[in-house]
Amino acid sequence: MTSLDTPPRKADKPTRTVRSAGDRTFAGLSTGAGILILVVLAGVAAFLISESLDSITAPAADVPGGEGVWSYVGPLVFGTLLAAVIALVVATPLGVAIALFITYYAPKRVAATLGYVVDLLAAIPSVVYGFWGLAALAPSLVPFFAWAERNLGFLPFFAGPASVTGRTMLTAGLVLAIMILPIISAISREVFSQAPALHREAALALGATRWEMIKMAVLPYGKSGVIGGAMLGLGRALGETLAVAIVLSVSGGITFNLISSSNPSTIAANIALQFPESSGLAVSTLIFTGLVLFVITLAVNMLARYVVNRRADFSGAN
Amino acid sequence: MAKRIDVSDLDIFYGNFKAVEGVNVSIEPRSVTALIGPSGCGKSTFLRSLNRMHEVIPGARVEGKVVIDGQDLYGSDVDPVDVRRQIGMVFQRPNPFPTMSIYDNVVAGVRLNSKKMNKSDLDDLVESSLKGANLWNEVKDRLDRPGSGLSGGQQQRLCIARAIAVQPEVLLMDEPCSALDPISTLAIEDLMTELKDRFTIVIVTHNMQQAARVSEQTGFFNLNGVGQPGRLIEFNPTEKIFSNPDQKATEDYISGRFG
Amino acid sequence: MSTTTPTRPEAPEPLAPAVGHRRGLPRFGGTAVFAAGLVLAALATLASGWSWGLFAVYGIVLGCLVTYVVSRAVEGRRKATDRLVTALVSSAFAIAMVPLVSLVYTVVSNGIGRLDGTFFSNSMVGVVGEGGGAYHAIMGTLIITALATLISVPVGLLAAIYLVEYGRGRLKKALTFFVDVMTGIPSIVAGLFAYALFAIFFGPGIRFGLGGAVALSVLMIPVVVRSSEEVLKLVPNELREASYALGVSKWRTILKVVVPTAIAGLGTSVTLAIARVIGETAPLLVIVGITAATNFDPFDGRMATLPVYAYYQLTQPGVPPEFGIGRAWTAALVLIIIVMALNVVARLISRFFAPKTGR
Repeated sequence: MTSLDTPPRKADKPTRTVRSAGDRTFAGLSTGAGILILVVLAGVAAFLISESLDSITAPAADVPGGEGVWSYVGPLVFGTLLAAVIALVVATPLGVAIALFITYYAPKRVAATLGYVVDLLAAIPSVVYGFWGLAALAPSLVPFFAWAERNLGFLPFFAGPASVTGRTMLTAGLVLAIMILPIISAISREVFSQAPALHREAALALGATRWEMIKMAVLPYGKSGVIGGAMLGLGRALGETLAVAIVLSVSGGITFNLISSSNPSTIAANIALQFPESSGLAVSTLIFTGLVLFVITLAVNMLARYVVNRRADFSGAN
Repeated sequence: MAKRIDVSDLDIFYGNFKAVEGVNVSIEPRSVTALIGPSGCGKSTFLRSLNRMHEVIPGARVEGKVVIDGQDLYGSDVDPVDVRRQIGMVFQRPNPFPTMSIYDNVVAGVRLNSKKMNKSDLDDLVESSLKGANLWNEVKDRLDRPGSGLSGGQQQRLCIARAIAVQPEVLLMDEPCSALDPISTLAIEDLMTELKDRFTIVIVTHNMQQAARVSEQTGFFNLNGVGQPGRLIEFNPTEKIFSNPDQKATEDYISGRFG
Repeated sequence: MSTTTPTRPEAPEPLAPAVGHRRGLPRFGGTAVFAAGLVLAALATLASGWSWGLFAVYGIVLGCLVTYVVSRAVEGRRKATDRLVTALVSSAFAIAMVPLVSLVYTVVSNGIGRLDGTFFSNSMVGVVGEGGGAYHAIMGTLIITALATLISVPVGLLAAIYLVEYGRGRLKKALTFFVDVMTGIPSIVAGLFAYALFAIFFGPGIRFGLGGAVALSVLMIPVVVRSSEEVLKLVPNELREASYALGVSKWRTILKVVVPTAIAGLGTSVTLAIARVIGETAPLLVIVGITAATNFDPFDGRMATLPVYAYYQLTQPGVPPEFGIGRAWTAALVLIIIVMALNVVARLISRFFAPKTGR
C-alpha cells in the first residue's frame, strides 16, 4: 500500500497540478487530435489556394474558356446558386411539413419509424440520386415542362424551348431538394419536439385547435432552428456533385430558363465532369473553382451555425 | 490505518467565487465526524477538498493547509491521484460502474490502477471488502451479475465495498443515505459504526438525527447570505452540539428555528 | 412564466364545445371528406387524360379544398383551418414519400437483373459488352473505406474525448465551431484537397487509393467527432467521480470507465459515419480514378470503387450500352444494400451492446 510519506514520483515538477506521465501523454494525444482537425481545415484552404495560384496568375487566354478564371467561374457560381436556391425553395416548406407531421400529427407509435425512414433518405448515396433523377424523375417531368412552356411561357423561368429529355435545371434542383429534405426535416423535428410542453399544453387547455397550438407555441419557438436547418441544407445543395453531374444537361451560359436543355453547370458537377480528363492549367483552374465553392459553403455553414447556436443560447429563456 | 486530518485556514474558490472561508478543524482518527448545515453552505465542497475531488470542476482551487499525519495534501509535489488513493469517497447517489459485474466493481480500484494481483488474492479482497460492507451474504452467489442490478441500498454498500477495497485511511461520505429508504439507511449507519474501527470517517448529512446517531464530532456549516462564502460555525462533540451548542446559529438550525 | 398571453384565442366565436359535442364531423370524418375530394380529383383527371402526376396535383388541391369547405360549413372557421393544415401537412408527407418509394423501386427493378455471381466475382478486365462485374470495385471500396476508418476513428474519437474531458477555453470553442463547419465541406472539395496535397509530393496527375482514404477522412472525422461527443456527454459524471475517488488517474478513468460505458453509442456513431462515406463518389472520382483491373494496393495506382464504377458504367457504358447501364444499376443497388445494412448494424449495436442498467 502506498503512503503519502513515500517520495512522490514527480518531485521535480514545480507546479501544483502534478500529473502522471500517462495522464500527460493522453491529454497531449487528445489535444493533438483536436488541433490536427483545425490544421486539416486550414490545410484544405491552404492547399487549394497553392494549387490554384497558377490559374489565377496565368494569362487570361491560357485559362480554359480563354477569358481568365473569373469569367470561367462566373456562370458556374450562377448555376450552383440557382440549383441550390430551387432546392431550398422546394425543400424548406416540405421539410417543415414533414417535421410537423412526424412530431405532432402522426400516431405516436409510427412516428419514430417514419422519422427513421426519412433519415434513411439522407443515407442514400448521391450517385444513386443521380441515377434516379436521370431515369425516373427527368422523363416524368417532360410533359410538365411542355405544359409549362405552353401556359407559363411568359415567365422567364419557363421560356423554353422545353427539354425533351427532362435533364433541366429544374429537375436538378428537385433532385437536390429531395436530397436536402432529410437534413431540414431532421433539424426542424428536433427543435419542434423541444418546444416547451408547458406552452403546448397550456394552449390546448385553453381550447386551441392543434394548428393554433402549433402556430402559437411551436413555430415561434422553432423558427431559428428551421432557418438554421434550411441553411445547412443549402450548404449541402451547393456542394452536391454527382446528382447534378448526372442529371443536368449542360451547355454553359447564364440563364434563368429552368426547363430548357441548355443550362449553366454547377461548380461541383463541372469539376466531376472535367477533372478526370484535365491536366496542367485546366486542373489548376478547376481547383480554383473548388476553392470558390469552399469559400461559399464555408460562409453559408458558418452563418447557419451562428443562427442555430444563437437559438441554443436562448432556448433556456422561456 | 486510520489517520488524523488537520485543516488550517482553508479557503476554497471556484474561479473568483469564494465558496468556503477560513476553516480550522482537527478530525480525530477512528471516529465518525458529521458535517451538517443548510444547502449551499459549502459542507460538500469542504468534504470534497479533503481528497481534492473538487478539482474535477474547472477553476477550483484552495488556499490554506490540509495535513494528514504530517503530510500536506496540497504540497507542490503531491499528485491528487495519490491523495484519492489514501482518502476514499462515497457519493450521494450510488454509482456502481454499469459495465462491470459486482466482482469487478469491488476490484475496480485495484484493476483500474493496473496493479497486478493473482486470482486468489483478488477473490480474498472481494470477499473481505464485501464482508466489510455487510453485503457479502446477499451477493456471494451472484458476483458475476451487473452491479447495477442491485437495489439502491445494496448498490450503496457495493460502492462502500469498492471504496474500502483500495484500503484507504480515510472514508469521506457525501450524504450517503439521502437517496435510500429508511431500512437501507439503517444498514449503512450500522456499517459506519463498524467501519470506524478501521477508518477515519467524515460524513456530510442533511439528517440531523443521523448525525446524532453515528458521529462523535459534529461540525456546523453556515453562510451569512447568498453569494457569501460558507463558514464552519461550530465544531464540537456531537452530544454538546445537540444539547448545548456554543453558538446561537447552531441552536437555531438544530431546533428548526432557522431563517 | 407567462402561459396565458400567447394562448388567448383570437377568434370571436365560442371555443369548441366540451366533451360530447355534436357540432362536428364524426371520427375519421376529415379523412372521409378528403377522400371525397380525391374522388373528384380522379374524375377531373380522367376527363383530361389520366396521369398520376396530374391526379396528385388535383387530389391535393381538391382534397384540401373540399375538406376546408365542408368543415367550414359544419364546424366553423377555426376547426376548418385546423383540418386544412392537417390535410396539407399529411399531403406534404405523402409527397415526400413518393421519391423514396420511386427511388427504391427504380433501383431494384433496374439493378436486380445483374445481381448474380459474376457481378461479385469478376472484374472488368477485357470486358467489352456482356458480362463483367464489380469485384474489383467492391474490394476497392472496402479497402479505401477501411483505411479512411483507420484514420478517422482514432483522430475523431480522441478529439471528441478532448472536447468532453479536457477541453476548455478558446481551443474548445474553436474546435466545436469548426468541426460543425467542417461537416458542411462539399465532398468534391475534400477530393480536391487530397489531390492538391499529394500532387505537391508526387507530382500532378496523382491517382491512388490512400489519397481517397485521406479525402474520405476529411469528410468522416467531423461526423465521428460530433456523434462521439454526444455519446460521451451522456456518460454520467458520477461514474467519472467514482473512478477518481478510487485514486484512478484521469486517462485510465477515460479509457476504462468512460469509453466502455459509452461503447455501444460509439460503435453506432462509427458505423453511421462509415455508412455516410462509403457511398461518396466525387472525391474518389478526383483522386482515385477508375480502372478495369483489380488493385489491392492503395499506395500505388488507380483503384476502382463501387460508386465511381457505377457512375462510369452509366455515363460511359460502351457499345452496346445496355450491358454497362445494367451493371451501373446493379452497382447502385449493391451500394444501397450496403448503406442500409450499415444502418441496421448501427441500430443493432446500440440495442445489444448498451450497458445493462435496469434491475
